[in-house]
Parts: sequence; structure tokens; C-alpha cells
Amino acid sequence: MSGPFKKFPFSMHVKVDDLLPASDEEKEYMVQMRPSSTFFKDGVKRLLKNKVATVSFFIIVIITLSAVILPAVWPYQYDTFLGVQPGRPVDRSFNNLAPFEYSTTEERAIENGESVFPHVFGTDSQGRDYFIRVVYGTRISLAVGFFASIIVLVIGILIGSISGYFGGKVDLVIMRIVDVIYSLPDMLMVILLAAVMKQSLGPVIDGTFLAKIGSNIISLFIIFAILYWVSMSRLIRGQILSLKQQEYVLAANTAGAKGSWIIRKHLIPNCISVVIISTALQIPNAIFTESFLSFLGLGVNAPMPSLGSLASDALNGLTSYPSRLVFPAIVISLIVLSLNLFGDGLRDAFDPKLNA
Amino acid sequence: MNGKTALYIVKRLILAAVTVWIVITITFFVMRAVPGGPFMGERAISAAAQAQLEAKYGLDKPLLTQYFTYLKDIFLHFDFGPSLKQRGRDVIGIIADGMRTSVKLGVIAAFISLGVGVVLGSVAALRRNKFIDRVIMVITTAFVSMPSFIMGSLLLVLFALKLGWVPANGTTAAGMILPIITLALYPMAYITRLTRSSMLDVLGQDYIRTARAKGVSKWKIIFGHALKNSLIPVITYFGPMLAYIVTGSLVVEKIFAVPGIGRAFVNSITGRDYPLIMGTTIILATLIVIMNLVSDILYKLVDPRITFD
Repeated sequence: MSGPFKKFPFSMHVKVDDLLPASDEEKEYMVQMRPSSTFFKDGVKRLLKNKVATVSFFIIVIITLSAVILPAVWPYQYDTFLGVQPGRPVDRSFNNLAPFEYSTTEERAIENGESVFPHVFGTDSQGRDYFIRVVYGTRISLAVGFFASIIVLVIGILIGSISGYFGGKVDLVIMRIVDVIYSLPDMLMVILLAAVMKQSLGPVIDGTFLAKIGSNIISLFIIFAILYWVSMSRLIRGQILSLKQQEYVLAANTAGAKGSWIIRKHLIPNCISVVIISTALQIPNAIFTESFLSFLGLGVNAPMPSLGSLASDALNGLTSYPSRLVFPAIVISLIVLSLNLFGDGLRDAFDPKLNA
Repeated sequence: MNGKTALYIVKRLILAAVTVWIVITITFFVMRAVPGGPFMGERAISAAAQAQLEAKYGLDKPLLTQYFTYLKDIFLHFDFGPSLKQRGRDVIGIIADGMRTSVKLGVIAAFISLGVGVVLGSVAALRRNKFIDRVIMVITTAFVSMPSFIMGSLLLVLFALKLGWVPANGTTAAGMILPIITLALYPMAYITRLTRSSMLDVLGQDYIRTARAKGVSKWKIIFGHALKNSLIPVITYFGPMLAYIVTGSLVVEKIFAVPGIGRAFVNSITGRDYPLIMGTTIILATLIVIMNLVSDILYKLVDPRITFD
């Protein structure tokens, strides 16, 4: 509209200006510059839109961070009997404290003006600070869940990709084995193996660094390695079989792409989201199994606490001290629930087949 | 039923038989791998007494002979040998005793979860995204994520200890209420979610729209078309549900002191009563395998759209 010409609002004259080629500035204005989005960025965006999954993610992060950091800064230890001091008779007033209650010794200290750190969740029947035990149990449960899932992931990928890649007789044999393991009643087998390995693994690992982890945790990992890889390997095999027949793989082949290039550029990126999602959903499953075994007395070795063994121990004094059951119960339900919800959110956000 | 269906059933039967055999074999060899054998207990016994005991239970023979004897006893006589800890009792007798209580518990729990789950799931689907649907989904999500031992213990604290409505001990009829509820909650929540999603799927189908367009009444559509078809996926859950109830009964019977097979199993593990552990594992595993088989075959028979490959 600018120019040296006078404006004639009702004139039918064509404005010469409008016919001039656009200047660079105007071109710039018309082009919408948006940073190109990757699959990963898209997924994260979708995930953040899902409020439930985001909240679950923050709960998991908070619980994990506190399980990692709190034991280092908390003034109490998970295995210290607070009432037992060298050279003094056992102070029973430390035992069975209610949340935020102090023992008589501590009350005296408080009267003398000393500051005593409160027992947030009270103490257990042997005078151990219960809060730090729950935190430690959470740490154990999370670690077990995480590492068991990693084991399942590695074995599952290895066998699944061998089966899917080679096909034929190898595939047939592996898949029959998978079928049988799949139809084994897993929990019963887990209990059976855990009960036996508790006896036979102890002497073997005695003295090595594995002894610190405890025979039961090791046997739990072994059980996961033996039994739980099957669904993961089925998944991987199915993915590879279906991906091998995609047109873009055929196109890449025709264009002369090398095998490694196809694997890197086509197979892995297309598999990875499914793998990550099912690993994420495997973690609560492993935590569940660990707490179940601990509850039956087949889990972590004492005095190490896990959420399951804490709940199991709490059963003995349930009438008088129900809070001791409630704390680990809330934590374990919160962990499993938020991991499940987050895993569901991941699936909705990252599974490209659901994004239709 | 065509040839393909028959082939599928035969294949599944073979797989089930192989699975049971593998369970027995694993159980046998795993138990024999325990260091010290079953008589290494709390008290040290003399070498002569140990040898005598081993001879009595046939533990001195070669491993393979023991294995075949064990297989023969199970398949021909249904005999799992005597219990090592409960003197004078056969394993099969202990299992049968425990089963009587546990089966009652499990069957009632299964029916409750099936009935309540289907109703809640249908209601949630028909009132999709309304308030009642939200409430049902939140509650069932919580139930699905709560381990049964936590659920059982919390129920015990609340209803038996704090409120005193039911006895905490699971031996009486009134005491069975809490164990049954504990067992039923997880499958109920699962069936609710399963029914809801499959009902939503069915309600979006063309034949429902056709029925509506024809002017079929709302209730006839729900019961005659939607419900019938949306229950098909629920059949697949029968097998896992039994597996859940079996493992759930282990903790539930421990918590509520129910004299069932779950408690016998847990006690046999802590007491290292190996024949009892083996017998219970094998029988429960066989039950689960059979149930999985039945629900898989039923599923394929009921839904003609399923292909066999």
C-alpha cells in the first residue's frame, strides 16, 4: 500500500505495487520456520501432555532420588540397634516407638537442650529407625526391579533377534522352548527355585563380592534370567520378522544398502520404542515378585530390609503397631502404581502403531 | 470344528503334557540338587541313622532310578511319597486336605470376581467418561497395583482388628470372608478393565449401529449383542486367574491362617519338607496348565474369527 501514488479508494486501477516480486524480507515473513521434530521429540511432547504419566514420572523420580540420597544424609543407619550401646545395658525404651516418639534417653537429652533427630516412622521391635529401613527397603526393591529388567532385556534381545534373524530350524527350536517356558506356572517355579537356591547358592558365593548382595537376590536374578526372558524374546522376534518384510527395508536393500546400515537406520529405531516400553512395564513386575518372595521369607537376607520383608515382619506385631505395615504398603503400592501408569503413558506416547 | 481346529487342540494337548512332564522333572532334579539332602536338618543325626533313613526313602539308589521310580509312582499310583516332617502322613493326603479348603475359597473368589467384574466393567463402558466410569477406573487401577499380601494385611488390620466385624482367624465360616475378598479383588479389578475395554470395542462395531438403526431396544442391544461378544476376551483370563488365585492363596492363607494348601506349601518351604514341596508344586502346576489349556481352547472355539497358525 505504500508508494508515491495517491490513494483512490474507488478506483479500479490495479496497484502496480502488488505485482512487484516479493522482497527478501517479505519472503522471510511468509516462511514458517519451525525446528524439525524427531520421533523422540514428538513422543516426549505427547508424554508431557499426559498428566497422569507426568505425575507418575515425578513420583518415581522423587522416590528414587530419596532412596539414593537419604541413606547418606540421614542420622540413623538401617541396621543400628539404637538401644544397644557398647558398655551399657540394652536400652529397651528405644524399641517399638510410635512415629515422632522419643525414647526416655532421648527425652532426657532433649530436656538438657540437645537436639535429637525425630524417628519419623518410629522404630521397630529391635529399636531400629523405621524410616531409614523403609527408605533402604525401597532402594533394594527399586534396584532389584531395575537390574532384573535389564537382565530380561539383554537375554530377550539376544535370543529374540537370533530367532528372528536366522529363522528356519533355529527359530523353530527356540520357539518351542519359549512355548514350554511360557506355559510353566511362573510363580510356582520362582518359589521352588528360590527355596532351593537359598540353600545351595550360599556356600558357592561365600567370600566373594556376591555374598554382600545376598544369595536370595542373586537367585532372584537367576530366576528372572531363566524364566522371564521369554515374552521379551517373543516380542523382539515378532518385531524383527515384521520389520524384515517392510517395503522400506526392501527399498533400502534394492538401493544397495548394507546390512549394518539397515539394522542401524531401520530395524533398531523401529524396535526400540517397543523394547523400552516393555522394559518399563517389566520393572514393576520384578518389584512385585521380589516383594512377594520376601513376604514368604524367600527374599533378601536379614538384616537387609526390602519392602516385602518389612511388610512380612510387620505382620507379627500387627495388632499393636499397624503403622509398620502401612508405611511399606503405601510405598510399594505407590511405586508399582506409578511405574505402571508411566509405562502405559510411554506406550501411548511412543508406540507409533497406536498413533494412527 | 474343522481339521485346523482339531490340529490346534492336539498341539495344545501335547504342549500341556510336555509342560507337566518338564515341571515334574525340574522339580525332581532341583530338589535333589539341594546340598545335604532332605535330612540335613536342625539336628545332626548319626551316619548310620542317616543311611537307614536314606535306604527307607530310596535316596541311596542312583539318581536316574529314583527319577523313574518317582515318575512311575506319580503316574501309576498318584503317589507322591510320605511327608518328611509330618510323621506317618502321605503327601497326597496333606494336599487333599488342604485342597478342600483352598478350592472352596478359590471357587467362591473366582465367581465373585467374575460377576462383579463383568457388571462393573459393563457399567463403566456404558457410562464412558462419566463420573461413575472414572470412579470405577481409579479404584480398579489401585487394586491392580496393590500386591495381594498388602491388600490382605490392610483388610485384616481394618476389618478384623480395628472394627472387629469379622474374626482374624480364617478357620471359621465368618473368617473366610476376608480371605475370599482379598483373593477376589485383583481378578475383579482385572476383569472389570478387560470387560470395559472389550465392551467399548464392541459398542463401536458396525453391527451395533445396524441394530440401533433397526430400532432394537437399548437393553436388547446391551444384553443380546454387546455383552455376549464382549465377554469373549474374558475367557482368556480364566487360566491366568487360576494361576493368580493359586499364588495369591499362598500369602492369603499365611496372613489369615487358613488351613489350606497354600499354607501347607509355605510351611513345607520353611520346614524343607521336600516331598511335600514337590507334590504341591506338581499338582498346582498341573492345575494351572490344564486351566490355561481349557481357556485357550474355549476361546478359539467360541470365537470363530480367530485364526489358527
